[in-house]
Amino acid sequence: MNLKPATLSSIDEVITHYPSKRSATLPLLHLIQEDIGHIPEEAIPWIAGKLEIQPINVYEVVSFYPMFRRQPIGRRHIKVCRTLSCALMGGYKTCAAFEQEFNTHRGEVSPDGEVTIDFVECLASCGTAPVVLIDDDLHEKVDATKVKQLSEQIKKEKAERLKS
Amino acid sequence: MPAPAQRRIIFQHIDEPGYTNDLACYQRHGGYEVLKKAVTRKPEELIDEVKKSGLRGRGGAGFPCGVKWGLVDRKSGKPIYLIVNADESEPGTFKDRYIMHQDPHQLIEGTMISCFANNVKQAYIYIRGEMPHGARILEKAIAEARAANFVGPNILGTGYSCEIFIHRGAGAYICGEETGLIESLEGKRANPRIKPPYFPAVLGLYQCPTIVNNVETLCHVKYIVEHGGEAYTKIGTPGNTGTRIFCVSGHVQRPGYYEFEAGKITMGQLLNEVCGGPLPGRTFKAVIPGGSSAKVMRFGERYKGKRKLGADLVDYDWGVEDVPMDFDCLAMVGTMGGSGGVIVMDDTVNMVEALANINAFYSHESCGQCTPCREGALWMKKITTRMVHGLARNEDAALLKSVADQIPGRTICAFGEACSWPTQSFIAKFGDEFKGYPEAKKAAKPANANELV
Ligand SMILES: Cc1cc2nc3c(=O)[nH]c(=O)nc-3n(C[C@H](O)[C@H](O)[C@H](O)COP(=O)(O)O)c2cc1C
Ligand code: SF4
Ligand code: FES
Repeated sequence: MNLKPATLSSIDEVITHYPSKRSATLPLLHLIQEDIGHIPEEAIPWIAGKLEIQPINVYEVVSFYPMFRRQPIGRRHIKVCRTLSCALMGGYKTCAAFEQEFNTHRGEVSPDGEVTIDFVECLASCGTAPVVLIDDDLHEKVDATKVKQLSEQIKKEKAERLKS
Repeated sequence: MPAPAQRRIIFQHIDEPGYTNDLACYQRHGGYEVLKKAVTRKPEELIDEVKKSGLRGRGGAGFPCGVKWGLVDRKSGKPIYLIVNADESEPGTFKDRYIMHQDPHQLIEGTMISCFANNVKQAYIYIRGEMPHGARILEKAIAEARAANFVGPNILGTGYSCEIFIHRGAGAYICGEETGLIESLEGKRANPRIKPPYFPAVLGLYQCPTIVNNVETLCHVKYIVEHGGEAYTKIGTPGNTGTRIFCVSGHVQRPGYYEFEAGKITMGQLLNEVCGGPLPGRTFKAVIPGGSSAKVMRFGERYKGKRKLGADLVDYDWGVEDVPMDFDCLAMVGTMGGSGGVIVMDDTVNMVEALANINAFYSHESCGQCTPCREGALWMKKITTRMVHGLARNEDAALLKSVADQIPGRTICAFGEACSWPTQSFIAKFGDEFKGYPEAKKAAKPANANELV
C-alpha cells in the first residue's frame, strides 16, 4: 500500500488521541480512503497490524459503515439525500437529473469515470431541501437548474484536466 | 394570538452578517468569559446550577441534564469521559450543524465548562462523517482554544487539564444512539449495548463512567452557568425550561430553524405565522413534530384531556394547531418533541408513500443485532415499497401493523420503538388512506406531487 507521507504522519498522530489503539480504526480508515479513494484489500491487515488487532476487527468495521467503500468510484462522488424532507421537495427528481447528466445510474461509475451518484440518508440540512453532497461540499436547494449548473461545473473541470 | 418573538440564546449569532467562526470574533462577543469565571468556582456549584435550571437534553429523549450528571459514578477511581453527540442524523433535524459550522467556540466553551464541572480530563466530539468541513472547523477551533489556554494542560493556570479530540463517524445513523456511539468510538461496529448493565454513567467508554450530551445541550449549559440556573427557569415553561430550536422542513413557505422559548409557541403559530403557512394553493395534511420517529399528527384531529397548569388541573381540547411546542404537551397528545425536527406534509402527499420513504430509512439504518428490529424494519419497508411499486392489497394495513406491533419493547435499544412508531401512527391516523391505496393508485397523481420512494 502506497500512502503519502502526510497520511502516514496523520495516522501516527491520531493513534495518540485514544487510550486504546483500536479506537483509531475509523480515523485510519478515513485517512486511507481520503488518500487512496477507497479501502483496498491490503489496507485491512495493514491497519490490524498498526493497531494490534485482528484483521476481522477491521473488516467488520469496513463492512458496517456505509461511507467506507471497497471499490474505486468515479472521480467525484455525488450523494443525493433520499430521506423524507428532501423527497418531499423533489430529491428523487434531483437524483434522476444527475443520472441523466452523466449518463449513469446510482451506485455505478459513469462511463467516463467522472462521477459516482448515490442516494444517502438525511444529511441534516432538511430546511434547504433537496440537498446534495458533492465530495466534501454541501449544495442546497438543488432543483433542475442547479443540477444543470453543478453538472456543467464538473464537466468543465474535467475538460480542463484533460487539456493540461 | 400572534406568535411570540424568537428568543435566540443559542442561535444568537447564527447567520449574523460579519460573524465568523474564529476565536478572535468569538472573544469580541464575550467568548470564553464564562469559562474563565467557571474555573474559579467549585465544580459542585456548577452541577447545582444545571440541576436548578431544569435543562432537558436536546438530543431527543429530553432527559434532565443535571440528573444525568448526578448519576455519574464518581467513586470508581476510573477516569470520567465526556462525549459530545454531534452525530445529528435524526431525519428532520438540522440545528447542531449550524452551531458547529458557524459558532464552534460556543460548543467548545460549553464542553469545557461541562468537563470542569464533572472532573473530566478527556472529551471527544463525535461528529457524523458527512460533515467533513464541520470536523475541520472544530479541529481548527480546538487548536485556537488550546493556544489560548482554554483547552489542554493547566487551563488558565488552574492546574486543571482537559483535552478535546474530534472523532468522525462514517454514515451510520445508529451512532447517534449513545451506547452505539460509544462502541463506534472504541473502534467497533456501532451495535448498541444493553442497559442494564451498560449505562454510560457507570460503564461507558472503555468501561469507564461517561457523559454523553448533545451539542445543543452543552451550549445551554454555557448559558446556564453564565446567567444562573434560577434565571434559566424563567425562560420557557415549568418542566420545559429554556429555549427550543425548531427545525422546520417540508411543505411550508419558509422552512428553516427558529429558536423560541419552550412551550410559548403553538404548532399553528410556528407553521402558519413563522413559516408562512402552506405552499400556494395547498393545505396542511400531517406533521411529524420531533424527528422522523415521532408519531405523526393529522390536521383536523383533536386532543382532549386534563392537564396540570400551575397547581390546577384544567381541561384541554386542542387541534394540531393549538398544541404548545414543548416536551410535555407533545407527549400528552401522543407524540414527542424529540430533537425538534418538524416535518410538514401537505395535501399533495400520499401517506403510504411517505411511510414507505421513512421505512426505507429505518430498514437501512437498523444495526441488525435484534431480530425484531432487523427483520421488522426490513418487512415494513418491503411491504410499503411493494404497495407503491407493485401490488397493493386491502389487508396490507393490518399486516404492517402486526409487524410494527411486534418490535417495541423487544429490542436492545430505542431504535426498535423509533422504527415502529411511524408505521403504527400512520396506520392509526391515516388507515383510510392505506385501505384505499389500491384504488387511489389507479387514479392520476396530483401534478405537483413528488416521488417519495
Ligand atoms: C436511534 C437513536 C438515534 C439517536 N440519534 C441521536 C443524534 O443523532 N444526536 C443526538 O444528540 N442524540 C441522538 N440520540 C439520543 C442519544 O442516545 C442520547 O440520548 C443523547 O445524545 C443524550 O444527550 P442529551 O441528554 O444532551 O440529549 C439517538 C437515540 C436513538 C435511540
Ligand atoms: S433495536 Fe435495532 S438498532 Fe437497536 S440494537 Fe437492536 S437491531 Fe440494533
Ligand atoms: S432529509 Fe435530506 S437533509 Fe434531511
